[in-house]
Amino acid sequence: MTEYALELRGITKRFGAVVANRDIDLAVRRGCIHGIVGENGAGKSTLMSILYGFYQADEGDIFIRGAPANIHGSQDAIAAGIGMVHQHFMLVDTFSVLENVVLGAETRRLLEPNTRNARAELARLAEEYGLAIDVDAITGQLPVGEQQRVEILKALYRHADILILDEPTGVLTPQEADQLFRVLRSLKERGVTVILITHKLREIIDVTDDVSVLRLGQMVAHRHTSETSMQELAELMVGRSLVETDYSRREALNADAPVAIDVHDLALQTASGAMRLDGVDLQVRRGEILGVAGVAGNGQSALLEVLSGMVAPTAGRFVINGREAKPDDMPDPSEMRALRINHVPEDRLKLGLIKAFTAAESSLLGYQRAEKFNWRGFLRLDVIKDLCESLMQGFDVRPVNPKLRSASFSGGNQQKLILARELDKEPDVLLVGQPTRGVDIGAIELIHERLVAMRDAGCAILLVSVELDEIMALADRIVVMYEGKIVGEVAKADADKATLGLMMANAHNIAQPVRS
Amino acid sequence: MDALSSWFAILDATLRVSTPLILAAMAGLFSERSGIIDISLEGKMLAAAFAAGAMAAVSGSAWFALGAGIVVSVMLALLHGFACITHRGNQVVSGLAINILASGLTVVLGIAWFRRGGQTPTLSGDARFRPLELPFADALSGTPIVGPFYADVVSGHNVLVYTAFAVVALTSWIVYKTRFGLRLRAVGENPLAVDTAGLSVSRLRYGAVAICGVFAGIAGTYLSTAQNASFVREMTAGQGYIALAAVIFGKWRPLPAMLACLMFGFLDAVAIRLQGVELPYIGEVPVQAIQALPYILTVVLLAGFIGKAIAPKAIGVPFVKER
Repeated sequence: MTEYALELRGITKRFGAVVANRDIDLAVRRGCIHGIVGENGAGKSTLMSILYGFYQADEGDIFIRGAPANIHGSQDAIAAGIGMVHQHFMLVDTFSVLENVVLGAETRRLLEPNTRNARAELARLAEEYGLAIDVDAITGQLPVGEQQRVEILKALYRHADILILDEPTGVLTPQEADQLFRVLRSLKERGVTVILITHKLREIIDVTDDVSVLRLGQMVAHRHTSETSMQELAELMVGRSLVETDYSRREALNADAPVAIDVHDLALQTASGAMRLDGVDLQVRRGEILGVAGVAGNGQSALLEVLSGMVAPTAGRFVINGREAKPDDMPDPSEMRALRINHVPEDRLKLGLIKAFTAAESSLLGYQRAEKFNWRGFLRLDVIKDLCESLMQGFDVRPVNPKLRSASFSGGNQQKLILARELDKEPDVLLVGQPTRGVDIGAIELIHERLVAMRDAGCAILLVSVELDEIMALADRIVVMYEGKIVGEVAKADADKATLGLMMANAHNIAQPVRS
Repeated sequence: MDALSSWFAILDATLRVSTPLILAAMAGLFSERSGIIDISLEGKMLAAAFAAGAMAAVSGSAWFALGAGIVVSVMLALLHGFACITHRGNQVVSGLAINILASGLTVVLGIAWFRRGGQTPTLSGDARFRPLELPFADALSGTPIVGPFYADVVSGHNVLVYTAFAVVALTSWIVYKTRFGLRLRAVGENPLAVDTAGLSVSRLRYGAVAICGVFAGIAGTYLSTAQNASFVREMTAGQGYIALAAVIFGKWRPLPAMLACLMFGFLDAVAIRLQGVELPYIGEVPVQAIQALPYILTVVLLAGFIGKAIAPKAIGVPFVKER
């Protein structure tokens, strides 16, 4: 018996000319939580796909509990005691929790005996690990945190003693993430080995025992978590030293600067009667960044949709860069653009660009009718290509190739391209949603710098983000949304995570906790 | 003829007309639940009808005919599977190709083999599935309503009609009560989940299209050896598409799909009855108008009367394992 649950020796994986993993060594101690960090595209997912049998390594060996293992498919991985919680859950939404858990692990031809066993086993697991769940609930209707719990239960039901989690907190609220970490610790106490793949260093420091760092397909460091720091890990990930940037303003905000966004009692009711926005009032001055915080799905998206002219509000009004907008008199997005109001949407793949378009075409979106791009009904492709190239150079989009399909760029580079397109117009008002979601550290730095430069140039910026760190670093004032309402506002100086966290749960006004 | 017995005659006809629809609908349900669109139900039924008609004429046995119908239909189903599962082809194009293939090949082979302008020889005796008189018809004959209903509507059909209803029960049981059914439903919703659970997506889908082939084969056989006494060119006349519509009406569930088939069958039976009948205020209804009813109903119902039909999520999407 070795002390390692899992060992990789010299794993190399190539896709054509690209080497995704190069000569990787990794040893994961039994009964520990082992973190693997790296930027997007560093090869984390490839490595885990090799472990779970999606890919075969070109070179190298895998040892599980000291014995060499051949993993040719999910079946082999499951048999070897490896369970995986994928970033995008592998669940059938229309199935009950019970059906999802037994799928593929049924030993009998009829369903009934299988589900009966699973029901008993799940009750036991719920007790042992604190993983309680309604087994008859329809999976697709559960909150994401509970869906993730189903994935963990699936792995445990298959007797996994090595559990791999791929970016597990990306979709969770801070509270759900805490709960997940409690579960992971209790798994560890009972001897389960956990591998946590993430790019959030805070989580690594909080829960892991050991950590390995991947950069450009290679393992660059192994550390005991207690002997390292976030600063060191970040530098190992990026491969250069990072300076903690201070984005606070050099000159105080001009209190008399004109108000560029002035929102009064704005409401948006859905056809089913739900209030996505409910009596929202806010002002943003020129040269100011207003941060909108909140747990995802509390009306921030609706706010962006209304202010950018995509959706008409059902009540209230707002004045944006001098144009008054009311439910029956709404400027559409192209008019907004003409008014020098630009929008970097939250969902870049749905609203920001078109995946099948080339980068040049995506960089034109919204301005395809502009005179300089047109000649007698034809697009001036050479001008568009030159524009794209200059945008790419200005924002460090890689590779600098306007003819490449938008989908072929990494998330960070897609985001930089969209930002370049919108900022290039030097707008007076900028609406930004989740500018750094799924973006790696290097790109985050650049995006933050550019937003602050816009602020200093006198642009009014409304910044919606679920990353509290980001909002606290950039915003002059922060408002918190909860169920379509603004439930609190704090100035940058008074902002701390605890207060904001309470506001996000709408618990800050309750003097004493009420037990129901 | 009194009103009651004419209603019974309509219901009796309803069962006869619905049988191929029900069998084809169950066939389509298996395929569609696994994530494979099957517009080739039409072609499989047609090819099976021809194979059965030809085999019955040559061998004189309805059971051999059934075997031939099933074999031919399963082969076409596997062809569809080969194109859509193994080679990730477009499922609609593949289905269409099979329909065109069946439509052309049946006529060509029919002319070459039997020289009757594409028809097969008229069948008689054991070469056809003949009506079965169920027991107890006499015992019940004294009871009002129930007796005549049993004798006129329930009893007196051929074995394939009863098979169709047994197939509905069987389908329902397989889909909801067995391990295969669970996996079938999963593979149509989220094949990636099935794959990560260590199961083979293509094996499941091949299984589903093969079952689809068996039931479509029975449906085709019924057309040429039970409902009619020979194969006639294009004798399916769109019933494969109607069956597919019934699957969608039934929201990919066996019992509701069967009810939809019965409704189409009922309208058809009424249409036959209404030929030449004077209706009050309207006068004689043109036959064409009534025959168009099932199709008009399809459009109207699909346009929103049945609520949103939510298809299996992965339907029509080839499964690509490499990510």
